[in-house]
Parts: sequence; structure tokens; C-alpha cells
Amino acid sequence: MSAPSSTTTGTDWTRRTAAELADALAAGEVTSVELTQAHLDRIAAVDGAVHAFLHVDAEGALAQAAASDERRAHGQLASPLDGVPIAVKDVLATQGLPTTCGSKILEGWVPPYDATVVVRLRAAGLPILGKTNMDEFAMGSSTEHSAYGPTHNPWDLDRIPGGSGGGSAAAVAAFEAPLAIGTDTGGSIRQPGAVTGTVGVKPTYGGVSRFGLVALANSLDQAGPVTRTVLDSALLHEIIGGHDPLDSTSVDQPLPALVDAARQGAAGDLTGLRVGVVTELGGDGYQPGVLARFQESLDLLVKAGAEIVEVSCPSFVHAMAAYYLILPAEASSNLAKFDAMRYGLRVLPEHIDNPSAEDVMRATRDAGFGDEVKRRIILGTYALSSGYYDAYYGQAQKVRTLISRDFEAAFEKADVLVSPTAPTTAFKLGEKLDDPIAMYLNDLATIPANLAGVPGISVPSGLAEEDGLPAGFQILAPALADDRLYRVGAALEAALAAQWGGPLLDQAPALEGASA
Amino acid sequence: MPDISRDEVAHLANLARIDLDDAELDHLAPQLSVILESVASIQGVAGDDIPPTSHALPLTNVFREDVLRPSLTAEQALSGAPAQEQQRFSVPRILGDEQ
Repeated sequence: MSAPSSTTTGTDWTRRTAAELADALAAGEVTSVELTQAHLDRIAAVDGAVHAFLHVDAEGALAQAAASDERRAHGQLASPLDGVPIAVKDVLATQGLPTTCGSKILEGWVPPYDATVVVRLRAAGLPILGKTNMDEFAMGSSTEHSAYGPTHNPWDLDRIPGGSGGGSAAAVAAFEAPLAIGTDTGGSIRQPGAVTGTVGVKPTYGGVSRFGLVALANSLDQAGPVTRTVLDSALLHEIIGGHDPLDSTSVDQPLPALVDAARQGAAGDLTGLRVGVVTELGGDGYQPGVLARFQESLDLLVKAGAEIVEVSCPSFVHAMAAYYLILPAEASSNLAKFDAMRYGLRVLPEHIDNPSAEDVMRATRDAGFGDEVKRRIILGTYALSSGYYDAYYGQAQKVRTLISRDFEAAFEKADVLVSPTAPTTAFKLGEKLDDPIAMYLNDLATIPANLAGVPGISVPSGLAEEDGLPAGFQILAPALADDRLYRVGAALEAALAAQWGGPLLDQAPALEGASA
Repeated sequence: MPDISRDEVAHLANLARIDLDDAELDHLAPQLSVILESVASIQGVAGDDIPPTSHALPLTNVFREDVLRPSLTAEQALSGAPAQEQQRFSVPRILGDEQ
């Protein structure tokens, strides 16, 4: 592994965590404009190789940073992270900034409004560096299904950064942004987090507003933080979370004290905590190095005072099948709005004089959607068709009930449930592109949480011995108990960092001079 | 588990309003068969006594006061339209020749 950036860590602001940057801003050691410029410089230096961003808004970010510095000068901070820059997955609407969802069908679309998450980021004073790359409409586990080309994993540029939020995870792992927003429908925050050595959190369903998030499968989608530390995720989660009257599925309850939980967890005492190891989320199909790192993390939790219990969730074996029926069904309905009439691409079919709206719609959807999107829309159309509905979609919805019951039973025995986040480390770009099932298997361990709406976090658990690539440790908690993720995640992170002698990402390649 | 034929895929694509060319149909049909085969295990997993869950959390209808509030202007709403005319979305003809 190469050494960190050539600039010393003392002056390289891109190497600091968001919490450290907030402290440096508070101490007057740096301005938000300087911080933002440092990250824009880093993006200019390495994003040609990583391709984490689809759109960089240098001018807008610097203007927001200047406004933050102005506020600070007047002692009027908007939030604990005021002035700390962030990157946003391109599935969230950003007023005045292109939003494409990684699809040709939305190329060049500039929304006239902000998603609630973005409204809250702006109100909290976080300069928005740009929009990050993603699998088209968040369909994928590798960010290879972006219409604008894949993102590369900063640990090994020949490998995938996970998906669908590979851009957000890679931006954070490559020190292009201290913080990012992702969305997690079947694991798209946690799985990229695992394979890039970053922290990714899927909050409780409804815990963060989905208003302005272009829906993939609305009963599963959840926006959340992508960061380099557990504390940073807690700080960001407190800014974006909480009730939103514009989202009818938003939970109308106060958020638990997430930052307090992270700080408490970092002290390292987990006495009395019951940690449930899910039998069905380990073993066959899991890479030995990933399992070894998982076991090591479990041992550290025991040392911190936790008690390990084995729990069985027998319906989890059906979660993937249920997910790959429910998701396409909802997606086929949600993506019907891309009809070439109100926004996005309009393609006039060749060889048809005076084409009808339907002709234009067909031609546009063929030209504008990529293979994976077409595959899932057609699968969803099938699952919802008369004659198949009960056998597939109806059964999938019942399996969802069984999975929720499994979680309820498991949470009677344990306070949190744990597993490896993804069965393997990052695979090579192109390796699984023609094998959808192999690709879908990456989400094996993350999907049950989306079906049941419970929150989950992925914390880096180290490097797998066989390939030297990051693995992730997943922690799941009951709905609305997101604070448990932060308490346990921060305790594990502190114990691991003590063992490694610093953050895992310090071991990542420097990337300077790399080209795609 | 039924194999999904090329014609069935063409029919589904038609329902989903996506024009697929021959090469796409040849490529998609076998892939969809494999996917359907792998999700077929779900049939019969849960009996009649298991209620379906459509949403992770119980949904309740959400109302707001019936009062005017700011919204997008016509210009904003039309800003992403592929074609517009007289402050409206301009769309191709909707009815076919025979209608």
C-alpha cells in the first residue's frame, strides 16, 4: 500500500474527518472556503481516475462556503457541520444543479426544487460539492450500470466501488468529500460502504424524508449518510433526519440522540449489550477473509462487554427472491413517469410519420433506459400481470411479513443483530455484468433490513487477507432505535482503530497521478 | 417455473411502453428466465394465514389544511419540458389514426 497524500496530514484538510473539520473551523484554523477549495482541488486531481462525480459545482460550493464563513464571523452557526462540504448522490433533486439518476433519460435535467434532504443540508450550511455517480435509477450493486460510465474503487481502480451509491462511497474513500449522501433500497449505502472502507448508514424507513428523492422502490428506499467515521454519520444523520410534512411516509417522532450515542459508544463500554449473530447471514457464499474480519470484530465487541447470542431468522433465505419481485414491481410503476412528455429526453421514432405520444414514449424509453433498467421494468411488469400476481408479487409481500416477524423474534433475544455487510470484497469491473443473479447476491445480507424497514450501519472491519481489500461489519437495530447503531458502531470503530493504529482509510492508495 | 419466451418479453415490453429491437429481445429473454427461476422459490413459502405487508411501517393518510400555499410557477414546472407552447406541455398526438 502507498503512503497517504504527499502533503502532510497537518495541512491536508481532505484527510480530516467532518468532526475534525468542524473543530478546525470553530478554532479559526481554517475557513470553509479553504476547506471547500481543498476538496475541489482533490476532485480535480483524482476524479479523472475515480469518476465519483457526475457533476461538480465549484462555483456554487464556494459561494455557500463564503456564506458559511460570513455566518461564522457573525457568530451565527446554522449547525455543528456548518461550513463542512458534502457530496450528494445524483438521485436527489437539487435546484439549479443537474440531476440525472445516472440515466440518459434525464441527461441535462435541472430540477426546479430541492429534495428535503438537500433543503436541510443547505439550511445547515454544508456547501454542496456536486452530484455523485450511481447505477441508473439506483438499480445495481456495482455502479457499472451508470449511463455515464462506472466509478472505480479507490482501493483498486480495476474494481467496483459497490452500488448503487458507488459514487458517494468512492468520493468519501478517495478524500474528495468528507461526507456524502447515499440512498439504500437493498443495501446501496451499506454495501458500497463495506467495499470502500467507509461508514454507511441506512436509517429507519421513514426516518429521513424521501421528498425529492427520485423513487426506485418507494416502500424500500431510504436516504442516509456516507462518511469516514461513525460520529460523522451521526452528525449528518441528525441534520437530515426527522419528520417532513412533505413526505407522507415520514415518521412523525423525534430522532433519538444519535451523536450522544456515538460519543458514548466511542468510550468503548458495551457491558450488558446483547449482540445477535444471524445464522442465515454467514457461512456459504461468504469469502473467508470477510468472515475472518467479522469474527475479529465480534471478539472486540465481547472484549467491550457485549454478550454474543446466536439467532436464527429462517425467512431471510427468501428475502432476496421477495426483494427482486417487490423492487421491480414498484420500479416499473415509479418509472412510468419517464414518458418523454414533461421532462427529460424525447426521442422521435424513425420511420414513423406523425408519431403518436405512445410511439414517442416507446422510442424514448428504449433509447433512454439502460439494460438493467429495462430488465427490471419488464420483470416488474411480469410480476404484476394478471395470473402471476398472486404467485409472485403477493407471495413476496407475505414473505415480507415473515421477515418482519423474524426480526421481531430476534430483537427479543438481542439488542442488535450483526453480520458481514457484503459476502465478498469488491470484485473486478465487468466480472458480473452478464450474470444478474451473481450481481444480485451481493445484497444478500443487506436486503432484509429494507424489507422490514429497520435501520442498519456498515462499519469498516479491516482488509481481507486474500486480496487486501476492505470488508464491512453490519449492525442492525429495531425500527426507530437508530441510536443503537451509533453506540455499537462507534465502540467497534474505536477498538479496531486502536488495533490498526489509525483509520483504515489511511492504508488506501494515494491515487495521485493515477489515471483511469 | 415457466420459461419466459421471446414473444412474452416482447409483449411485456409493449405493456411497459419500451421498444426493444431483436438483439435486445434475444439478450433479455434468457436473462429474465434465469431471474424468474431464481425467484420462483418464493411460491408456496407463506400460506393463506400470513397477511401481506406492502409497507414496512403502518401507513396513515396525511392531511393538511386546505389553504393556498406557494408552489412551482408555470415557468418552473415547464423548465424541463422537451417541448412547450403557450405555458403548456406540448405533446405528440395522443389519439391514433383510427380513433
